[in-house]
Amino acid sequence: MNEGNQTTKTGPDGRPVRPFIMPSSFTGKLRVWRYLLMRRSMQLGILLLFLGTVRGGWEVAGRPVLTGNLSSSELFGLIPMADPFAVLQIMLTGHLPLLEVLLGAALILGIYGLLGGRSWCAWVCPVNMVTDLAAWLRRRLGITDMFRLSRNIRYTVLILTLILSLLTGVAAFEWISPISMLHRELIFGAGLGWIAVLGVFLFDLFILRNGWCGHLCPLGAFYALVGKLAQVRVRFDTPTCTHCGECARVCPEPQVLNLREAATAGMIASGECSNCGRCITICPEDTLHFDLRHLIKTREQPDTSKFHHRRAA
Amino acid sequence: MNSHAKISRRNFFARVGQGAALAASGGLVWLYLLKQQVRASPYAIRPPGARDEPDFHARCIKCGQCVDACPYDTLALATADAGIPIGTPYFVPRNVPCYMCEDIPCVRACPTGALDPALDNIDDARMGLAVIDIENCLSWQGLRCEICFRECPVQSEAITVEHHPRRLSKHAMFVPLVHSNACTGCGICEQACPTQKAAIRVLPPELVQGQIGDHYRLGWTVDTPITRDFNAGGGATGADTPATGLDYLNEGPL
Repeated sequence: MNEGNQTTKTGPDGRPVRPFIMPSSFTGKLRVWRYLLMRRSMQLGILLLFLGTVRGGWEVAGRPVLTGNLSSSELFGLIPMADPFAVLQIMLTGHLPLLEVLLGAALILGIYGLLGGRSWCAWVCPVNMVTDLAAWLRRRLGITDMFRLSRNIRYTVLILTLILSLLTGVAAFEWISPISMLHRELIFGAGLGWIAVLGVFLFDLFILRNGWCGHLCPLGAFYALVGKLAQVRVRFDTPTCTHCGECARVCPEPQVLNLREAATAGMIASGECSNCGRCITICPEDTLHFDLRHLIKTREQPDTSKFHHRRAA
Repeated sequence: MNSHAKISRRNFFARVGQGAALAASGGLVWLYLLKQQVRASPYAIRPPGARDEPDFHARCIKCGQCVDACPYDTLALATADAGIPIGTPYFVPRNVPCYMCEDIPCVRACPTGALDPALDNIDDARMGLAVIDIENCLSWQGLRCEICFRECPVQSEAITVEHHPRRLSKHAMFVPLVHSNACTGCGICEQACPTQKAAIRVLPPELVQGQIGDHYRLGWTVDTPITRDFNAGGGATGADTPATGLDYLNEGPL
């Protein structure tokens, strides 16, 4: 990209490209890891609430804290929540479930419609911890992909889920989902469900980078569609970006970081972005931030003309 | 240019074919897995109010709120290796039976209606049906056990004790008899049974219950000139009339 200059690369407006350097201080590291730590606290905290309620009988004012699991749950015995994808599959089997689960699914659909559909993936889903570990290990070990697979294959799996639910009369993904298996067996007692999770881990580690979450998972695909118009998005401040490419290197869905599209939209608009925040904390130029879609849209658009002649790194 | 367009069109169709083949073969494997899972075990004893298996399988979202609600830790969700359709609630009566809570909290907790909310009287639940292995039932050996009868929460309706003649002895046996019109399948009898392996067990009714069918008629229940003639004498229409000569216990040696 920077022909003729071997020593210092420069960005589109001539500023030098700086690599990301991990701060040496602990507080600096904490700042870089802040979203990671928040995500893990959230994922483990939700698990703990489920576990404490069923095993420890946790109650607040005589009401169970959080019963059920991520498929369907109830907060304080009052607020129903349900996996809208699971409910959709059940409805396709020709059964209209009770109002409670329909309301729960609507609530969750609304929440992720606002917060970014795949925020579920990065902030709640327990399999994310497994696949993130696999991704971290394969980066450490320098393992390359066995083959390439289109990331759009998840939408085929999504359609297959719906067709099979219609044909077999059971919620097709719920019966094989490693997410439900892991979550269920963590809360309600362990069986051999961890083998399915091990399968996902090995697939991600040795065969394909982000293989499960980024290529196959139909629930992720579902939430990608749900989040198409989500409010919480990563804002992209064009003037400061030097095209260093650090964000794309840490992003588990690097196709969403098409900087030309991001510059036009002023944000990472794709529903496939899981709002994990990795790009935000790694950006050496502080170009990326969480923001709300309508605030980004109403703000004056910066000049993006300089991006039109070159592609993202 | 023209040939190039042709090749790319052929490529396009080949790619569509590849994609379709991949989706179809993947879908078939998936279909097979689902079919296997659904028929995993016909022996699962479900929580009260569970609908018929196909309906139950379709509705259950595998959330475990019934498990949370059960005050006796009776219910569990099937793990991947339980041999029971994955993630669905069930219980093993010999370990922990259903104690038939009057407010049926498990049914109240079910968000999808896999456990039918119309069930408001626990006595109407049909989780299973108790069946007795008379070769191993202590009562059928002539012992006065009757533990199942006494433990039964629908006592004298779901299980009654009948007397049964005993070979080579004047003493009758008092044997338990299960009545399907009242047995809820709670499994308290199975848990209480003192034999090494329970001689009374709860199984899904459809596995153990026969059906006489319409092609048999019990002649004595039908009103015809012949049955009228037959019944005219002593009026013995069934087992209601006590048999004569039972007082012989008080006469002669044992």
